[in-house]
Amino acid sequence: MTFSRTQQAIRFPHRHLLGIKDLTASDIEQILDLADSYVELNRQADKKQNLLRGRTQINLFFEASTRTQSSFELAGKRLGADVLNMAVSNSSLKKGETLIDTAMTLNALRPDLLVVRHPDSGAVELLAQKVDCAVINGGDGSNEHPTQALLDALTIRRRRGSLKGLLVAICGDILHSRVARSNIYLLNRMGAQVRVVAPPTLLPAHIERLGVEVFHDMRAGLQNVDIVMMLRLQQERMHGAFVPSLREYFHFHGLDYEKLSRAKPDALIMHPGPMNRGVEIDSEVADDIDRSVIREQVEMGVAVRLAVLDLLSRNLPANSIAAAAK
Amino acid sequence: MSAAGTGLPAGAAHRRSAYINARLVDPASNLDSPGQLLSEDGLIADAGANLFSDGLPPDCDVIDCGGQVLCPGLIDMKVFVGEPGAEHKETLESASHAAAAGGITTIITMPNTDPVIDDISLVEFLKRRARFGALVNVHPMAAATRGLKGEGMSEIGLMREAGAVAFTDGVHAICNAVLMRRMLSYASRYDSLIVQHLEEPSLAEGGCMNEGEIATRLGLPGIPEAAETIMLERDLRLVALTGARYHADQLSCATSVEIMRQAKRQGLPVTCGVSAAHLALNENDVGNYRTFFKLSPPLRREEDRQALVAGVADGTIDVIVSGHNPQDQESKRLPFAQAATGGVGLETLLSVALGCYHDGHVSLPGLLSRMTVNPANLLGLPGGRLAKGRPADLLLFDPGKSWVVDCKRLRSKCKNSPFEDRHLQGVVLRTVVSGEPVYIRDGV
Repeated sequence: MTFSRTQQAIRFPHRHLLGIKDLTASDIEQILDLADSYVELNRQADKKQNLLRGRTQINLFFEASTRTQSSFELAGKRLGADVLNMAVSNSSLKKGETLIDTAMTLNALRPDLLVVRHPDSGAVELLAQKVDCAVINGGDGSNEHPTQALLDALTIRRRRGSLKGLLVAICGDILHSRVARSNIYLLNRMGAQVRVVAPPTLLPAHIERLGVEVFHDMRAGLQNVDIVMMLRLQQERMHGAFVPSLREYFHFHGLDYEKLSRAKPDALIMHPGPMNRGVEIDSEVADDIDRSVIREQVEMGVAVRLAVLDLLSRNLPANSIAAAAK
Repeated sequence: MSAAGTGLPAGAAHRRSAYINARLVDPASNLDSPGQLLSEDGLIADAGANLFSDGLPPDCDVIDCGGQVLCPGLIDMKVFVGEPGAEHKETLESASHAAAAGGITTIITMPNTDPVIDDISLVEFLKRRARFGALVNVHPMAAATRGLKGEGMSEIGLMREAGAVAFTDGVHAICNAVLMRRMLSYASRYDSLIVQHLEEPSLAEGGCMNEGEIATRLGLPGIPEAAETIMLERDLRLVALTGARYHADQLSCATSVEIMRQAKRQGLPVTCGVSAAHLALNENDVGNYRTFFKLSPPLRREEDRQALVAGVADGTIDVIVSGHNPQDQESKRLPFAQAATGGVGLETLLSVALGCYHDGHVSLPGLLSRMTVNPANLLGLPGGRLAKGRPADLLLFDPGKSWVVDCKRLRSKCKNSPFEDRHLQGVVLRTVVSGEPVYIRDGV
């Protein structure tokens, strides 16, 4: 195997991955560097590694997910782990009421890695306090979605070499978005400049204090940017009226070529998915092979999750014993 | 509890206690000086500097106060109990033990129980349960609207006669403006106080902490201060319209303090309260989703906390409450948005409130008035004063001594104190209800 784990000697200084908030720039670099090498592995015919052989990974999803769950599953399997998907539907579980019980039950199953998605902010951290294994946040409420920000960063870095000094516009439903928060933290930490562009009703209070420049107008907000990150309009979280209609939203905030023309000519278009075509993004723009890196993001998603599973597994108890014995 | 002297045959012994060597603090008369106090058959017989200069009366217990503060027992105007309906969280009895340990001799219970206290039979039930099980005086606040539904007025006059001391929907605001107007008018005829929870529900819906930077960072939906101030300003206009008495149970932000200050300047018959927790904590304490700091109204910014302290200092805020709200582990060990609201507070009310005195913002009588004579006056209660003929409901405490809040040792059935493991200053030495000790600190 040509692939070698060059960072073997370096310890990743975290037991869990709960949010970008907890990571330093060098932690982030470490994950991205390793993820980069995993991209190559993924492109080989034989993708199988045995790094996690004998390990159990449980994907615990309290909220439906396609790409996050499947890429974590794929990453775990490629590293040789036994992967178990547990979907906990909101109807069968009276939302989080038994979260601690769930943690206790899971503990008894003795997993090594636990990937959790939950509709409530802070729920993954709460669970992490109660279980013995490494926990990876697969998205909690409107708080964080760290692996999404990491895969976005990897995508950008591979295209642009570095994040430093880039001007990035995050557009759309910032209020409900964990992706936006994780990206704001990460991009700031890595020296990019961040703008948020949204109608006032879709911006949380004092968002500027997170180190972003606020725009309400797409044309002004996209002026001269290197990266355009579109967010999904989270209609399922909209308990009240935040925008009058999808038509009006698309007219003012949907990404089309006209608005995109304000950005740099080679600006990249990103979207965490799933997309609402014709709501926040025009179909043609989304599918533009010269500009859109949306499908590349999905590929990077697997690489980043491989890197995260790899790094956290190095801190698992038995592994450190084995390492010490060598 | 001792019977009043009236039933005793002539010549029978009186129950007398002499409190000597005390620092007497009576907020009602702004007294703070060395002195003694005599209680007889459950009432205060006399108090003053020169009492007992001719010697102690015969056959009386003598309590040497050691120069510590002797003041009226505290009156806590906002206490949630689990009785009826959630006795596993708190009973009147367990709440009363916590109150006694906190120097509180009178608790006012909130009507948010199951069933709701919205009927004379339930008011009587609570009074009866309290008589047999509680160490301290218990007075219920009854529901202002039937079933707390915010629609029809409850039987304010009848429940007032049965012993309800005020009317509120507790954790819900009385939202309907015309209903609030009529209720204020109607209640004034029965000298009944309407107590409002300040929260416009549509603005607060889904919110679980103060709206602002911290909520944004935590990804939690916020409650803007406007949810409080809109309701307060609306109510003040209804008060101006009706001329009726009105009490806002808890302010949480600087703007509300200023609104209330102006209203009092205009002479409106309005009063307001604050919780001890809001005088000591702010939104930063929520930290990493710490659900013990999920309160209603929410903890707000440090500037707001300071404005609340200033409101206590200048008399804008009339009452300090514990807002005691017992919640068990199952209700608090949840993701923040789903966790129950509230914290226990009976045993920390005095020490936490004393922070304002220790920090030099307010005199000791001034501070204690918010937990004694002021609520007594608002609710028409006989206690809260060190005066002849008043109930001998007393509190002896050491204002300077510090202690650490050990949740395991709290007497409340629930341990959800936002002051867990904090150092507080001010220790209750003895609590007396109707002349009889209901709490004596170990080693005193």
